[in-house]
Amino acid sequence: MQFDQLLQYTLSGLSTGAIYALIGIGFSIIYNATGIINFAQGEFVMLGGLLTLSSLELLKLPLWAAIPCSVAFSTLVGILFERLAIRPLKQPTPINLVIITIGGSILIRGLAMLVWGKDTHAIPPFSGDTPIAVGGATILPQHLWILAITVVIIIINKIYFYHTISGKAMRACAYNRRAAGLVGIDVRRMVLFSFIISSAMGAVAGIIVAPLTMTAYDVGVMLGLKGFCAAIIGGMSSGISTVIGGLILGVLESLGAGLISSGYKDAIAFIILLLILFIRPQGLFGKADSERV
Amino acid sequence: MKMKCFSLVCAFTTLLFSSTVFAAAPIKIGALFAVTGPAAFLGEPERNSAKMVIDEINSKGGIKGHKLELVAYDTTGDATKAVQLATKLIKDDKVVAIIGPSTTGETMAVIPVAEKEQIPLISCSAGSKITDPVKKWVFKTAQNDSLAVGKIYEYLQKNKLTTVSILTVSDGFGASGREQLKTQAAKYGITIVSDDTYGPKDTDMTAQLTKIRGTHSQAIICWGTNPGPAVIAKNARQLGIKTPLFMSHGVSSKKFIELAGEAAEGIKLPSGKVVVADMLSASDKQKKSLMAFVKDYQKHYKTEGDHFGGHAWDAVNLIKSAIENGAVTAAAIRDQLEKSRAFAGIGGSFTYSAQDHAGLGKDAFILVEIKNKDWMIVK
Amino acid sequence: MKRDLFLFIGFAFLILLAPQLFSGGYLMNVLVFVGINTMLSIALNLLLGYAGQISLGHAGFFGLGAYLSGILSTSYGVDPWLAMPLAATVVGLMAFFIGFPILKLKGHYLAMATLGLGIIIYIVFNETVELTGGPSGLSGIPNLKIAGITFDSDVKNYYLIWTATLMVMLFSLNLAGSRVGRALRAVHDSEVAAQVLGVNSRILKVQIFALSAIISSLAGSLYAHTMTFISPASFGFNFSIELLTMVVIGGLGSIYGSFLGAALLTLLPEFLRGANDYDIIIYGGLLMAMVMYMPGGLVRGIPALFRRLVTTKKGEAGHA
Repeated sequence: MQFDQLLQYTLSGLSTGAIYALIGIGFSIIYNATGIINFAQGEFVMLGGLLTLSSLELLKLPLWAAIPCSVAFSTLVGILFERLAIRPLKQPTPINLVIITIGGSILIRGLAMLVWGKDTHAIPPFSGDTPIAVGGATILPQHLWILAITVVIIIINKIYFYHTISGKAMRACAYNRRAAGLVGIDVRRMVLFSFIISSAMGAVAGIIVAPLTMTAYDVGVMLGLKGFCAAIIGGMSSGISTVIGGLILGVLESLGAGLISSGYKDAIAFIILLLILFIRPQGLFGKADSERV
Repeated sequence: MKMKCFSLVCAFTTLLFSSTVFAAAPIKIGALFAVTGPAAFLGEPERNSAKMVIDEINSKGGIKGHKLELVAYDTTGDATKAVQLATKLIKDDKVVAIIGPSTTGETMAVIPVAEKEQIPLISCSAGSKITDPVKKWVFKTAQNDSLAVGKIYEYLQKNKLTTVSILTVSDGFGASGREQLKTQAAKYGITIVSDDTYGPKDTDMTAQLTKIRGTHSQAIICWGTNPGPAVIAKNARQLGIKTPLFMSHGVSSKKFIELAGEAAEGIKLPSGKVVVADMLSASDKQKKSLMAFVKDYQKHYKTEGDHFGGHAWDAVNLIKSAIENGAVTAAAIRDQLEKSRAFAGIGGSFTYSAQDHAGLGKDAFILVEIKNKDWMIVK
Repeated sequence: MKRDLFLFIGFAFLILLAPQLFSGGYLMNVLVFVGINTMLSIALNLLLGYAGQISLGHAGFFGLGAYLSGILSTSYGVDPWLAMPLAATVVGLMAFFIGFPILKLKGHYLAMATLGLGIIIYIVFNETVELTGGPSGLSGIPNLKIAGITFDSDVKNYYLIWTATLMVMLFSLNLAGSRVGRALRAVHDSEVAAQVLGVNSRILKVQIFALSAIISSLAGSLYAHTMTFISPASFGFNFSIELLTMVVIGGLGSIYGSFLGAALLTLLPEFLRGANDYDIIIYGGLLMAMVMYMPGGLVRGIPALFRRLVTTKKGEAGHA
């Protein structure tokens, strides 16, 4: 085993892990505000990528304009989803919520298939694709974008959740919805907010990863699941723990593929997930929480 | 009450099915294609091509006065559905022959049905085991993947490249390619130094390629269908891998070049002749069919026809010649199919016999290289 | 109680009579699958509808039953009649042991864990090529035989599958009406309250999980021996979701509901065949609409809808 090989596995893992982390944070935000695991989160990742494609090709927008355009549209879908499916729900039991978000994800995927077809599409990288050497390993400029945007998003999240009124209100909902309602917080509005934030974040994730992974109507499924794994490893936090969770998952996957068996790569990820759920359901860094066990 | 609903539903179903029986005498040909689902890239061009040829035949008045009717169903790539729909085609639609399914897995599942009901099946999937051993009622038009592997290995042998790394996708296509790559290696004096796989939905293969880079093999062979191989091409470029990269015929479409972009340059792969139809010499027996197919497909669907569509084109035309030779019943069509000799189609020149229901030789594939975003024939 | 028995006998009678009404043809083939799916929905419903525990990995147990029985009878020459209970025992034990840690989890966490379990099983089917044939599938699985009859035609398979399905139904109806069923419903409503009343909810949940896996495994074995070919694609995440849809659409906690859900979802594609590409949308929409407007499922929703139509618009209550 050479050093540069190990370095490459780690770097590849970190860059894939950052993608998982970004998607994972989207899951966490909705979960924390509403107690819903949004199984449709992956679809916003897909929408981000494909809407960027359309903005670039149909509207002939430059990349810097196509991105906000795509984020805005995806967010709109997120709002519609909350308004039309989540809010009118008469019996919001966890099982009903799981089923309705699964239904929503199938529906969104189906509509995307009609709009964009079944083909895979490529999106140009933000700033070229000349590999950058790091020690004996290489990464692409796009990987740096992913890392940078992940950091920016964490900082924005931190500011929002700890230094703004609506962010604090959302945290209050996460701790105790009933109590939050009693002190005058509009819980339903917070639910809508959380859908807005997480669909926008999902779209951002979809846009920055599309140049690497390419995009198609069905990319959301696997990326969504991996993002969910990251969130669970990180204990469903909307901050740094989920990022670490994503990075751990990415690196383990990459090392697993390189050193153990590439065929069982995904199995490794899910076995880790199960072990964490069995041993520390509150996540690697979280404090024990009676709700989850 | 529940029962009433159910029996109503059932009664309606039977009505629906029986209404498709007409008194007229068109010859019904069934088709099972994976038009949606993960194998849609196969099923869609196949259905389009089959429909195109049948419409054309009918617009010219049919064959000997018989119009053809295509009954095509979408299997979504699911073997269970393929079997159900094969039964439906045979029992309810009363077809005389079935074209498809699109994938090897589905075909293997449908074979027992075709054999039992005695209906000729012309599969559009590549797995060698479909016609090896020969089954009485089963033919295929897709080139065996053993031929594609042979084409690459021949080139490697000629260029004295003896160690290879293989990277295959973990689905039916990749598994079948992997098996062929492993079994044929020894025959060409080739050693496989590393054997890796990736998932059909994977988005980063740098880990596998880093491992491959560490083996210092002289060639890398990747077996998969879009988009995986495009990711691999990009990852290989990122890692600065200079080892010659070979792909399978699974990506011999413009889509691959579009997805992989710059990274596609210099990649070699075995392909049906359809992608280089205009570059073939006029003496090539297939040239006439190929040019006709490419032109028609462009006209009907405003996009490039690929060799997957070609499999269905070949299948319909083989059935057409069988009917032209007087066959109308399932059994007669089967017998005529087996007598097809040197039929110049899209996939190659087909010669079926009692011992060979695949019908193609090594010349069905050519090795092409991607240069300047286009295909070049490797001499 | 008596009414329930009559209902079941009537149902069984109609089911066994059906082949006489629709002689042969493709419909028989579809109805065989309705049977298999009914068995699977009941299995999942026992867990989800009665015990209130979700599973997004049931396709895995279904697949394990199919593969274990398929491999034993194809590669090791074990008689299918022996291979089926062997497979069910192995799957049941597996579910029992994994049930302890997995059922400690709740709600979304349980959904995710079972989903992960299903995906791991699916990957194992794909990767253990020497054993399972990998993604290309396992072919040549023998049909079941009894007293000189080989179950190799749709009509014969219909009787085979539906005999098994009816037995599973009868068993589940009994279970639901028994002390165990009442205890399960108590666990469903409030685990704490159930425990206070002396129900060992932990063991009970694990037992029902194992039972559910065993029924799924049997359905899988029967599927393998009627299809004679299996491949991993039939046992993926999507099928787990399809099963969940069947249970929800039919009605949680209703055995006949499971039949309705399975029948609707198995027959639906036949009606949607013209609308090829749209079926995924209809699917997703239906799933959402059911949860929103008919959370009790068809089995409760249709009578309720019917009653409402009768009371509000007398005379116009034709079809709904």
